[in-house]
Amino acid sequence: MRVGLFVTCLVDMMRPRIGFSALKLLEAAGCEVTVPATQTCCGQPGYNSGDRASALGLAKKVLAEFEACDYVVAPSGSCAGMIRTHYADLAKDDEALAARMARLSAKTYELSDFLTNIAKLESVPGNFQGSITYHDSCAGLRELGVKAQPRALLAKMPGVSLTEMPGAEECCGFGGAFSVKFGEISAAIAERKCEGIRAANADAVVLGDLGCMLNIEGKLRRMGDEKTRVLHLAEVLAGDTEDKF
Amino acid sequence: MQIRSMHFKARAGQKLADVVLQENLRKAKSKFVDMRALAIAELDDFEATREAAKVLRDRTLNDLDLWLERFELEATRRGATVLWAKDGAEVCQRVVDIARRHGVKKVTKSKSMLSEEAGLNEALEAAGIQPVETDLGEYILQINDNEPPSHIIAPVFHKRREEVSALFARVHQLAPKTEIEAMTREAREVLRPHFLSADMGISGGNFLVAETGSVALVTNEGNGRMVTTLPRVHVVVTGIEKVIPTLEDLATLMRLLPRSATGQSISNYFSLLTGVKQADEQDGPAHMYFVLVDNGRADLVGGEFAEMLRCIRCGACMNHCPVYQAVGGHAYGWVYPGPMGSVLTPLFAGIENAVDLPQAATLCNQCGVVCPVKIPLPDLLRRLREKQVEQRLRPVSERLTLKLWAWMALHPALYALATRIGVRYLKWLAGGEDRIRILGVAPEWTLGRDFPAPEGKTFRELYGQRNRV
Repeated sequence: MRVGLFVTCLVDMMRPRIGFSALKLLEAAGCEVTVPATQTCCGQPGYNSGDRASALGLAKKVLAEFEACDYVVAPSGSCAGMIRTHYADLAKDDEALAARMARLSAKTYELSDFLTNIAKLESVPGNFQGSITYHDSCAGLRELGVKAQPRALLAKMPGVSLTEMPGAEECCGFGGAFSVKFGEISAAIAERKCEGIRAANADAVVLGDLGCMLNIEGKLRRMGDEKTRVLHLAEVLAGDTEDKF
Repeated sequence: MQIRSMHFKARAGQKLADVVLQENLRKAKSKFVDMRALAIAELDDFEATREAAKVLRDRTLNDLDLWLERFELEATRRGATVLWAKDGAEVCQRVVDIARRHGVKKVTKSKSMLSEEAGLNEALEAAGIQPVETDLGEYILQINDNEPPSHIIAPVFHKRREEVSALFARVHQLAPKTEIEAMTREAREVLRPHFLSADMGISGGNFLVAETGSVALVTNEGNGRMVTTLPRVHVVVTGIEKVIPTLEDLATLMRLLPRSATGQSISNYFSLLTGVKQADEQDGPAHMYFVLVDNGRADLVGGEFAEMLRCIRCGACMNHCPVYQAVGGHAYGWVYPGPMGSVLTPLFAGIENAVDLPQAATLCNQCGVVCPVKIPLPDLLRRLREKQVEQRLRPVSERLTLKLWAWMALHPALYALATRIGVRYLKWLAGGEDRIRILGVAPEWTLGRDFPAPEGKTFRELYGQRNRV
């Protein structure tokens, strides 16, 4: 099957290694992966800020880039959720476009969901040793039903012990532009999240979204926690957790 | 109530700095969340009940005028008088008129958020009529210089026992009590003479049942019964959207309301009040009035925010909201806090008067997931953000940033160049560390946390290099 990897803008800019980890995992699952070179942003910043016109423009661009793929996979519940649950709404005034968007939405998956339910990945390349606590990001969990999938994948790693944190399903406080418009509130919510993470006393908090990742890592470090690693699920599964940079 | 929602951000900052409030909010949060989770697990099929409630609310609201007429007919047939109020001022006028007609000097009240919308207590006082709040929480707020409630079902959510103890000692001129039971007994003793001497009782209404002309009241303290049955006049003040067709529908909604609100299978008291006292009855008012209020609701029927009218005021959305949990209800600046308040305040009090509220949400959808009538609150907040953009209520800098981002993202070559420069700049800012401590381009981020440094190259340039090798 031909899978289009939607890298996402935050992975592209902040953590390119996660993009390569996702690529490695998809290939390990036997997928033929294409990475459209012109891809940029899914349009979520505009959509969530009330700027539908901008969001629609970018949605059309994503459609053109990925329409030919059998599947579209993103290492992000937030971006996959944007395509999967909101693109049809964005295009609702144009019936033909809405139908194409609906077809794109139906074949778009968050990475762990895809690896578990579509590609049915048998064994994972990584060999992480240590305890992990998993943060459920909001869009992945509540828009796409990503909950068991990452845990099932981690369970394939004999060196991993999973410890659930209190409030794993609660928001970390990122919220896109919210994090810079209401920085104090955002940081206060992140503090509670990080208290839960620390209560789990794990070597690493693992998650599937870059927004949460930057927010949680930034808050843990500001709180003086230099020990708890903040890792993307793809890095852990792919075995890309050594510090390279 | 006077609206202060335009000061949300400043007030939220004060609330975050309030150490006592922060501790209170933390304690109160888990109680509501945990108890609801246990209570909904009792239902065989919570999701099917939610869906049924959503469908019945939508069906009723689609024919709202017809059901209201039916309600008026049935209530009138049983001796009640149904009056209509288009806004808060009319609510106050109707209630004051009723009080004057019956020579009322003192009014006991059970909880009504609509009376807060209308500013009814001030209007009664101005007309020389004494209002006495009898819900324990509302009573505490009233004697604390008419402090506004911070939660729609737990008005003193923000207060701790010690604060109430000190307040009671000061106002009641009695020795301070430490046990909640003793404080409650004290309040009851203070309130009892008011119950017995009031000429009129004012209640809200959780539901209006069209087929019987009844009002359903869900309470936990018993004050609602005293307010609605002891005085000779009972006035129900509630919103027009509270009408439901049948008692069967009431049963469906009652499976959801107490469980979603307080995590109770059923509230301590559940009253169904129908008409005036009949010749063969011992209790009940001689005169019963309904003041049914529009105040912005009718405009929502059939429109893009119509789903909000399904709301049954349980408070589950705020109990589960990370923003509400962080700042409490007062920061929101009007009657309704939390996600439902962030939708209702701009709709009822003017979108331009509450510009921050639809923005002050992470869109995490915890509210949408717990809502017993499946209101898609994040979608409605997003729709309000669209209205703000359409009405040019967003700052120029924000509009330009978004446009610039979208324009760049539509031009991949330029975008690639800009992001390469951008990530190198951020890497340089980090100065060899793995984090940026002060981020000039987004200063709010680094007020309370660090910004992790980027790796230094973009995925697209690395991928391009790899494929060329």
